Amino acid sequence: MMATTSADIANLEAIATRCRAHILRMTHRAAAGHPGGSLSEIDILVALYFSRLNVDPDKPKLEERDRFILSKGHASPGMYAVLAEKGFITEEDLSSYRVLGGVCQGHVDMKWTPGIDFSAGSLGMGLSFGMGTAIAARLDGSERSTWVMIGDGEMQEGSIWEAAMAAAHHELGNLTVFVDKNNIQNDDFVEVQMRMFDIPAKWAGFGWAVRECDGHDMQQILDAIAWADSITDRPAVIIANTIKGKGISYMENNPAFHGAAPNDEQLGIGLAELGLFEVGA
Amino acid sequence: MSRMAATRDGYGQGLLNISDDERVVVLEADLGKSTKSLHFRKQFPERTVSCGIGEQNMMLVAAGLAASGYKPFASTFAIFTERAFEQIRNGVARPNLPVHICGSHGGTHTGTDGGSAQSIEDLAIYRTLPNMTVMHPCDDVSAAELTRQCLDLAGPSYMRTARNKTRVLHENRIDDIKIGKGIVLRDGSDVCIIACGVLVDKALEAAEKLAGDGIDAGVVDMHTLKPLDGDLINRMAASTGCIVSAEDHSIIGGLGGAIAEHLSSNHPIPLERVGVNDRFGESGQAEEMLDLLGLNTGDIIEAAHRAISRKSN
Ligand SMILES: Cc1ncc(C[n+]2csc(CCOP(=O)(O)OP(=O)(O)O)c2C)c(N)n1
Repeated sequence: MMATTSADIANLEAIATRCRAHILRMTHRAAAGHPGGSLSEIDILVALYFSRLNVDPDKPKLEERDRFILSKGHASPGMYAVLAEKGFITEEDLSSYRVLGGVCQGHVDMKWTPGIDFSAGSLGMGLSFGMGTAIAARLDGSERSTWVMIGDGEMQEGSIWEAAMAAAHHELGNLTVFVDKNNIQNDDFVEVQMRMFDIPAKWAGFGWAVRECDGHDMQQILDAIAWADSITDRPAVIIANTIKGKGISYMENNPAFHGAAPNDEQLGIGLAELGLFEVGA
Repeated sequence: MSRMAATRDGYGQGLLNISDDERVVVLEADLGKSTKSLHFRKQFPERTVSCGIGEQNMMLVAAGLAASGYKPFASTFAIFTERAFEQIRNGVARPNLPVHICGSHGGTHTGTDGGSAQSIEDLAIYRTLPNMTVMHPCDDVSAAELTRQCLDLAGPSYMRTARNKTRVLHENRIDDIKIGKGIVLRDGSDVCIIACGVLVDKALEAAEKLAGDGIDAGVVDMHTLKPLDGDLINRMAASTGCIVSAEDHSIIGGLGGAIAEHLSSNHPIPLERVGVNDRFGESGQAEEMLDLLGLNTGDIIEAAHRAISRKSN
């Protein structure tokens, strides 16, 4: 873990702002996609990719790389934005989002995009896969770690809890889960669709080390990552309290922007709110 | 201009049409806005069960309701019904419980979400289950009517609906729509195109173009894949001598597979299957997917020519 100064934090925040703009442009161009969950996850993704994960854009398949699994694979614009900022793909590739033959498929896909470690899109699968890569690292005697991002709606899938139980049983200290707790799923708020009750208690009951953080506060995210690294005898989960659509006023906490793209006017407003303006738009 | 509509809207309307029957219960897995069960939910929240994002649970809750005298209708995307395949197999089909499953956004026509969301195997896998009725209507009129007829079934059913709008073909023809009975949309003597779902309209287009080349092609909407309308296939086989199947689904095990099984046992004649040729889909617009995967009008026309040329004179 690198030491973090206020300049580092400001740098991470600047990257996250650029990523937010990518997310708006990508979904706007495709007139489809999932901006809400991309904007809620993006600060965490930026923190991981720019301060923690051992990955090399020139060698995306490097065996000793850390693994990041976006289990909520519909929130792919956030993932592609980070991969572009990191240099795995180009900024032009972002315009191929949801386009026939494009590098950036609708849902993240390990066969199509360099830097993607798992083909997701069907919820509830990534944690089990991450358990597999964590066991592989242990079998290899490797220090590499696995990080999995899941949604709070996604936690309703039973398979999440099969994996949670199994990862704790196998004491996978090299596995960390981020829960993007934005309180909204597809049709409505989580409270309406399926109440989750005490989420930290659930994970603790399954044998995990549990911590909460503000998923939009860079310092808190970095602290939580360092904490997860310090847990080596069991898997760790960070419940990140986030806001769906974070950073764009009309999207914030609005279920309508789970799976709807901004129109021309909304794109302009959004970019302005980020302090950016569309060049040549 | 014909009216355009999506079969998923037909399902949503169908649920409202049968809502007077108080045994009808609707189950959702966080996709009611997409499968269109949301209209029923809005009017009858007390008879709608939200199962969260938990398809495996939903199918067995439905089974329990069915075993208690209710008429459950459970929907999610076609692909995510497959998450619960074994629950459906052992908990619904084996005990022969009248659970009615609707898988929306089926096929590659679903588009830009990409391969993970495009079910091209649902019709095949549900067809393998004893007791299961399997349907894939081509328009909202037939989707609504088939949904209504599910109430008369003693056992379970699976109906695939599609996301996108296509031409409505059965306006004012409700009396022709019967589970297990194909609908002849066009008579022909040279070849018969048997299609389901979004490819029925493409089959009609193909038949019109073939007519321009002097080829007389018939078209059947085979909205029920199981039980298959073998009598109709026999009749078409006898009158045309060759058949083309067309579906937005794998050529393995779906409509083409079902027709191949039937013909080989009853009436062995040339069959050309238009469908996804043993590969996964990818992101793209609906029409682009049909072109990429060889499912469009031109592909049906070519298949018709191949089928005709294989007839032994
Ligand atoms: C197995 C499965 N069922 C249903 C869906 C459809 N779906 C896509 S996103 C979504 C809601 C996800 O909510 P959440 O996990 O909270 O994600 P976020 O809010 O972060 O976008 C649903 C139901 C799916 N992708 N996979």
